[in-house]
Amino acid sequence: MLSRTADNLFWMARHIERAENTARVLDVAHRTSLLPLDIEGSEAYLWYAPLNITGCARGYEVKYGLARSEIVTRYMALDPDNPASIYNCLRLARENARAVRGAITSEMWEVINATWLELNRLPKQIDYEKFPDYFDWVKDRSHLFRGVTLGTIVKDIALSFIKLGTFLERADNTARILDVKYHILLPSVNDVGGAADYYQWGALLKSVSSFEAYQKIYRDVISPLRVAELLILRDDMPRSLHACMNEVEAELIAINCSSGKEARRLAGEQHAALHFGRIEDVFEQGLHEYLTDFLNHINLLGQEIRNAYLARRDQFGLLPLVKSTQTQQSTHIN
Amino acid sequence: MNMNQTNKYFNEMHSDNGAIREIYRYYEKWRSGLPDGTLERRSAEAELLFRRMGITFAVYGEADGAERLIPFDIVPRIFGVAEWQRLERGIKQRVRALNAFLHDIYHEQEIIKAGIINAQQILDNVLYRREMQGIDLPNQVYAHIAGIDLVRVAENEFYVLEDNLRTPSGVSYMLENRKAMMRLFPELFANHTVEPVEHYPQLLLDTLREAAPPFVSDPVIVVMTPGSYNSAYFEHAFLASQMGVELVEGQDLFVHQQKVYMHTTDGPQQVHVIYRRVDDDFLDPLVFLPDSTLGVPGLLDAYCSGNVALANGVGTGVADDKSTYLYVPEMIRFYLGEAPLLSNVPTWRLSEPDDLKYVLENLSELVVKEVQGSGGYGMLVGPTSSKAEIETYRQRILTEPNNFIAQPTLALSTCPTLVDSGVAPRHVDLRPFVLSGKEVRLIPGGLTRVALREGSLVVNSSQGGGTKDTWVLED
Repeated sequence: MLSRTADNLFWMARHIERAENTARVLDVAHRTSLLPLDIEGSEAYLWYAPLNITGCARGYEVKYGLARSEIVTRYMALDPDNPASIYNCLRLARENARAVRGAITSEMWEVINATWLELNRLPKQIDYEKFPDYFDWVKDRSHLFRGVTLGTIVKDIALSFIKLGTFLERADNTARILDVKYHILLPSVNDVGGAADYYQWGALLKSVSSFEAYQKIYRDVISPLRVAELLILRDDMPRSLHACMNEVEAELIAINCSSGKEARRLAGEQHAALHFGRIEDVFEQGLHEYLTDFLNHINLLGQEIRNAYLARRDQFGLLPLVKSTQTQQSTHIN
Repeated sequence: MNMNQTNKYFNEMHSDNGAIREIYRYYEKWRSGLPDGTLERRSAEAELLFRRMGITFAVYGEADGAERLIPFDIVPRIFGVAEWQRLERGIKQRVRALNAFLHDIYHEQEIIKAGIINAQQILDNVLYRREMQGIDLPNQVYAHIAGIDLVRVAENEFYVLEDNLRTPSGVSYMLENRKAMMRLFPELFANHTVEPVEHYPQLLLDTLREAAPPFVSDPVIVVMTPGSYNSAYFEHAFLASQMGVELVEGQDLFVHQQKVYMHTTDGPQQVHVIYRRVDDDFLDPLVFLPDSTLGVPGLLDAYCSGNVALANGVGTGVADDKSTYLYVPEMIRFYLGEAPLLSNVPTWRLSEPDDLKYVLENLSELVVKEVQGSGGYGMLVGPTSSKAEIETYRQRILTEPNNFIAQPTLALSTCPTLVDSGVAPRHVDLRPFVLSGKEVRLIPGGLTRVALREGSLVVNSSQGGGTKDTWVLED
């Protein structure tokens, strides 16, 4: 497969997944804001979370200052000037898809294209109360895209790069949500083992579609320790770090090219750590430190994947390296 | 129906006495039986379909027009098999002669020696590529894909408007129009024997295979596009996926020891045939425009070494230039020893003082074109232009008369077309697509373009033209 094609497929999938995750984060902030939160200046506190998770806190502050619910929502959902907004994720997903129309099925293209067209038909000013509908719509479109992809595309290397993009992005996002929310909800580490606020933690779980799973698996009050275990170590949770790394490692093995040894090693190493890890050790290291390490690790992995497959290299060592494409736009946040 | 128009122009559905031409009889009967508003509803459906599939093109110089739909008209244009076969013979003959001409002028130049065309006409043409002199191409084919623009003025009178031998586009619309029609009107196809066009990508692939360097048994073929912002990008992607080959940009390719490779996730892979939709000028910055980022450094060297085939070949522009056009009937006689089956439009060369004088005196009745222009940009249609427009154009001609040719305003035939006021006649032309490999292949039909504005004779999509599905029907 052409390196540029792989690159576009990878970023198409990442941007779709990122749009969905941002919608999830905002949706949860929305729900949480309707609940009593016993913290001084709780609105700003609550609404910094989505900004931090998606790495656009600085851009927001420069433009608007204090985090206010409605402004943050609009900024992250629809603002064309915010490179990490859902609007821009969907735009970039379409641009990437457009650049590789021949490599995706027409059904996939139609979903991405129709999503973009529908987005542009939305009224310029959505009522603030209507935003949950918008978030649902974004999630639905992402689900639809994934379903159409699996239902129509040949199981070959193209699908591997799509899945790589999806699961790297998802792992990144789950780690961020967990990191940021933990700090808000659990200022004191001593509370880790105890029961926690049902609604607040319930909202966190819902943001990664894990609320029902939690109930089913633990049949008990929500404890922060178990939440962390569920979202980090359990491989049967589709959005957990372990599950994501399962997929990432499997796809890297499936791609099976002569290059990419280091990427496979990094993925294997991280996967093993999750596979054999214990939640007690995670907390011993410190959850924040653990998640920071994880994010650094998969960021490195992302760079290795890029070097091995996506960038155009001169394997004969005789030509200058070609610069990367315009469409892949590193809006990736670190 | 506007009777004035019916009298002045050949109407493909209604003959002069108002009766319906045989070939349209069934269609018209079917249409007149439809409940009111059916065509309008299906037309709206079609638009939605096209937008969702993203069948768009870009119009240069339009700020908001990054992507636009070419309007699709849902009334088909219909030919009978017999009249089509006559056309087909003429089209194939013309393309054979054009390829023979290209081979000749890049080799022995017999046509110049025979005094049919003067050397200056060819060798001073900016589209003549010196680099191609003496280069042998498989099957002696230069223009593997040709689009021959035809207009009809009477029952049995067709003219060739121009030959497109560089990177003719529009074939994806021919295919998508058919797909849309079959989806919208399955009942019509059930009751008509419409010659299929869907196998075009397969024929194209065969043609490209035949163009491969002779020592390659299983050639790697790619489609090369200038990129996703090119006006015809949709078509490039469409054809690549229909043929199951990679769609590459210049940046995906590189040349090493006179061989062309593409960057893949599994390292470099050699490429043998490039169906390039990039103009000569942008192909290779080492030889042509040095600041082109669309091309591949060293590509021409690899091409001239015979390690890679380009379709179309380099330097075909010299044969579809509007000043060379004049000589095509002579080429047919010279190379094939046959009488031309299709006529050229009578043309005045403004480089000739007498022609110039005549044209300047009759601007309001003529069509004037730039010799190297294309896509309907920069032309003057005298009868539909204002006095001021004509005067501005006159000044342009006077600055450099050699750059222009003029033709009479042709009475383009009309076809029934769905417009705001209902079904009304609009002017059409036809671009069949001709594939040349070991043999010359032609799909029955082609792309019919229609001028949607009442009275307009300009059918180019960049100038507000639309397209129709084109049927070849058993009589």
